[in-house]
Amino acid sequence: MVSATQRKHLVGAHYGLADWLAQRLTAVLMILYTLLVLGIVLWHGGLDHATWRALFDDNVFRVATFLFMVSLAYHAWVGMRNIAMDYVKPIAIRLSLQTAFIALLIAYLGWTIGVLWG
Amino acid sequence: MSTPPRVVKARPVYLDLPRIRQPIPAITSILHRISGAILFVVGVPALLWGVQASLASPEAYDAFRAFMARPLVKLVSLGLLWALFHHLLAGLRHLFMDVHVGLDLGPARQTATAATIAAVLLTLVVAIRIW
Repeated sequence: MVSATQRKHLVGAHYGLADWLAQRLTAVLMILYTLLVLGIVLWHGGLDHATWRALFDDNVFRVATFLFMVSLAYHAWVGMRNIAMDYVKPIAIRLSLQTAFIALLIAYLGWTIGVLWG
Repeated sequence: MSTPPRVVKARPVYLDLPRIRQPIPAITSILHRISGAILFVVGVPALLWGVQASLASPEAYDAFRAFMARPLVKLVSLGLLWALFHHLLAGLRHLFMDVHVGLDLGPARQTATAATIAAVLLTLVVAIRIW
């Protein structure tokens, strides 16, 4: 007799509810960050290089930006994985795609660190 | 315990996607997916590159602005901006539905229409402003 746990799909979601919630929380965080950046730009009445540079030299803004990118990475992972699970049926291709998604997201995060602290 | 015989009705199988007229929430939903995938593949690297290029130096900042002023770059940016607007508005609609706002068929159709049209309108407003 194969139990429900043993039958779990290797490339399935596994954590439906937690990911569903994470998808919402990361979305809200990204909306807040977007409003923050919009607010800052409007506050300055536009942008020039000095203002832009000063903003990214501020450590609080750097951390906020990094948190935004971490939220984005998790959010995009859930979304892209769902797309792969819905449309790509052969497991080998799906797993390769999901691996590529993760690699790309880690690359984005590394790039972000480079831009923020490089 | 006897299980009742499973009645299999001969239902019409009609899955010729291009010929099915999708209801508006379905269109909003598939565009939510497509726009999300576009943002993931093109939008995020474009944004990272843009921030990096514009931060480097005052000269690089001016060069970046000049680059962004090219017609083709403007067009691609508008495409990405539409993806962002649509994904944001359709996503907000989902967040409201999660707290049981606008779940009924009527309002669900109205908000789907509103989100889809508003994303296009917002993109048009930006397009007019930058041209």
